[in-house]
Amino acid sequence: MEAPAASRAEAGRGELSGGGIIAAIKASGIQYVLSVPDITTSAGLLAPIAHDKDFRLVRVCKEDECIGIAAGLAYSDRRALILIQHTGFLDSINAIRGVAVEYKLPICMMVGLLQHDPDKTPRQSSRYGVRIVEPILDDMGIAHHFISVDADVGQIKPAIEEAYAESHPVAFLIGRSPKQS
Amino acid sequence: MMKRDECFRILARHITDEAVVATYSSAVDWVEINPRPLNYLSIGAMGLDSSHGLGLALGRPDRRVVVLQGDGSLLMNLGSLVTIAAAAPKNLVHFVAHNDTYEANGGHPIPNPAVDFANIARAAGYAATYDFSDLRMFEQQVAHVLEQQGPVFATLHVEPSKPLNYDYPALYDPEKRKAFKAAWRPG
Repeated sequence: MEAPAASRAEAGRGELSGGGIIAAIKASGIQYVLSVPDITTSAGLLAPIAHDKDFRLVRVCKEDECIGIAAGLAYSDRRALILIQHTGFLDSINAIRGVAVEYKLPICMMVGLLQHDPDKTPRQSSRYGVRIVEPILDDMGIAHHFISVDADVGQIKPAIEEAYAESHPVAFLIGRSPKQS
Repeated sequence: MMKRDECFRILARHITDEAVVATYSSAVDWVEINPRPLNYLSIGAMGLDSSHGLGLALGRPDRRVVVLQGDGSLLMNLGSLVTIAAAAPKNLVHFVAHNDTYEANGGHPIPNPAVDFANIARAAGYAATYDFSDLRMFEQQVAHVLEQQGPVFATLHVEPSKPLNYDYPALYDPEKRKAFKAAWRPG
């Protein structure tokens, strides 16, 4: 679901709290965070998560590893969130295709949109790599949510709950750098 | 030089309630030798075997996980050795069947058959590493390898095998995934 450009531009003047996103992740029962650092979410999400005893952070070398690790955790009834950059998402497409889509596993991805103008929707981005993310997700049938202002954060918990209840992947596209709490 | 199926027959004698992650040629051999619900065969993308194994090991620290990976597969995910060493699951035993070839893709050689996986795993930080070329030695040592505190790595130097029947629809049958989940999830 994409907000109209005018309202998105209005919302773009808002803020995004890292603490709010982390609270939503915790409320969703996420215990494991699997990550390659992403500059959009580095300070506001990954740094505080690294020091948060409620999470086990697994730092990986390459983003597609996260897909396998999250699958193994899902079979063990453990919930994981993958925190990566959109370039890593693009690099992991075959793993996402096989594990998340064809095997219908609850692979939850939070994807920072590198150098995205938060006043625009991802499809309006001047960056080709950002512009193609939503169409790829749509073609793969993966549910996705654009998280750019605090008002968007409420989408996170129900989407993760649904992903695990119905065993399907979900992606959250982070449109601006969350502020550190 | 050993044969992979001979190694797996010996290994199978020591497997009880472990999850065994296996793909491609290793999976074909393993399933023929030891069909069981706790075989995890649906990897989804070549190279991810070791990452699936890490996820299973982290998710069930009370149970042991055995990964049977091919050399071509591990080369696609060499960074996973560093990730696994850092995550340090005590319950993960990682075998690589080193036959110098992409056996499931036409038998072409891997880029450098002389690659020393055990040394790479050791340098990455695995708790214990082994390198086997002799079947009798493997038979003598395998129980010890499986008992070590992980992550443990062992290279099995094996010959390319006889032509295999790659029945992927059977290997990746959704019913096998359901059976695995039922057998593996915490009670």
